[in-house]
Amino acid sequence: MIRFDNVSKTYPRQSAPALQNVSLEVERGEFVFLVGSSGSGKSTFLRLILREERASTGSVHVLGKDLGRLSNWKVPQVRRQLGTVFQDFRLLPNKTVGENVAFALEVIGKPRGQIRKTVPEVLDLVGLGGKDDRMPGELSGGEQQRVAIARAFVNRPMLLIADEPTGNLDPQTSVGIMKLLDRINRTGTTVVMATHDAQIVDQMRKRVIELERGRLVRDQTRGVYGYQH
Amino acid sequence: MRAHFVLSEIGVGLRRNVTMTFAVIVSVALSLALLGGSLLANRQVNSMKDYWYDKVEVSIFLCNENDAESDDPHCSRGAVTDEQKEQIQAELEDYDIVDKVYYESAQEAFEHYQEQQGDSPIAAVVTPDQMQDSFRVKLTDPTKYDVISSAFSAREGVQSVQDQRDLLTNLFNLLNGVNWAAIGLMLLMLVVALLLIVNTVRVSAFSRRRETGIMRLVGASSFYIQLPFILEAAIAGLMGALLACLLLVGVKYFAINNFLAERIPLINFIGWDAVLSVLPFVLAVGALMPSVAAFFALRRYLKV
Repeated sequence: MIRFDNVSKTYPRQSAPALQNVSLEVERGEFVFLVGSSGSGKSTFLRLILREERASTGSVHVLGKDLGRLSNWKVPQVRRQLGTVFQDFRLLPNKTVGENVAFALEVIGKPRGQIRKTVPEVLDLVGLGGKDDRMPGELSGGEQQRVAIARAFVNRPMLLIADEPTGNLDPQTSVGIMKLLDRINRTGTTVVMATHDAQIVDQMRKRVIELERGRLVRDQTRGVYGYQH
Repeated sequence: MRAHFVLSEIGVGLRRNVTMTFAVIVSVALSLALLGGSLLANRQVNSMKDYWYDKVEVSIFLCNENDAESDDPHCSRGAVTDEQKEQIQAELEDYDIVDKVYYESAQEAFEHYQEQQGDSPIAAVVTPDQMQDSFRVKLTDPTKYDVISSAFSAREGVQSVQDQRDLLTNLFNLLNGVNWAAIGLMLLMLVVALLLIVNTVRVSAFSRRRETGIMRLVGASSFYIQLPFILEAAIAGLMGALLACLLLVGVKYFAINNFLAERIPLINFIGWDAVLSVLPFVLAVGALMPSVAAFFALRRYLKV
């Protein structure tokens, strides 16, 4: 699903590498937490998977494709098989909940009939059935993140990337979001989630990958958050 | 491809940047009107050249008694003789480039002159013997004047060889100068239009960065992400081009047909066919040029 082989990433005009010699593999259907303090390279790790950046050395394989050798015009095809969720939700404030989810399908040219059918389905799945016509501004943070997850999942991606999805939410709401991500994981979708939330990691008991100053320092199945910040 | 989606995006984009869109439309309209105008002016000059050059002749003035007496260096051997005239005429008719040769006697020249001058006081003092016999040579190709000039200007009995085209050349040079000035102005307006388009695209890309960011993440193709921006520029350009077409038609109808043509019947102004044939070109440039500009602006301001 994801394979990093000796991956290093140095940004232009920066001496210290953001990632240094990272090698790891994530199998199909896994749920992986990515932990580490700010600046440890978590975001760079995720950006490499999304092919927002290319590795300076080493190779990144996602869904069997070598992203370093993938030509630019093929990148969208790979991204269609990935779902992404962010801390700040990234919803369009002037579109309704339903339109926000439909947007992800419209821009990849899905037929209108299919959109009309899938959008309510996926909103049901995330627990927002019947809220199609609400505006994002009228929803709570947890509900907005559910909309974002619905949008990420509406294409039934093989892999879901979540960058601190509970970072802006209170603990109780976070638990709801984690349950939802767990349910999505059980449908066979691989989930990689960067987080600072120790409680969640300790509760879920999934594989934990820890980065520190760009190096992989821990890779533990059924791990815990494990460090104080 | 969802046409409805793309169209609604364009509508939103154009409305969001009304002032910028308006500036683009006006500058495109002006530059294209100048482009079309200079194309038409060029055609006008060419048609005038065809028309007038068809009428002009090369005149070979022959020496008369007066020239011989007044020590004209070309006529030092006295007035032209009948033999010389016959010789010149025979030779002229042998040239391929010569279409027709007329002989105009001094008497005929005098009569033409009287006719042209009417009752003016100058006409009264001119006498027939001051006028010259001349050959009026019509060339198949008016630009081949040099051949005739070099063959006959040093000939005995010939006072001078004159090309009437010289008189027109000044006029055409002036018209060409005006045309070049219009083209220069057009290029300047074009640069202004292009810069405006680049800036509009930049603003537009910035105000829509949230949408384009999401599009990128969910795997929209770069073509699909860029298309609304490019079509926006194309539509603004096309509106400008339509305005330019209206301007050209307006100038043709009001300034040429209803004003100049009535006052200057001597000039054969370009017709509607010429104007209409320029319009598709103006429209095509108006739609394509902003699209290309937008495309290159997007490479810089929109990450895909």
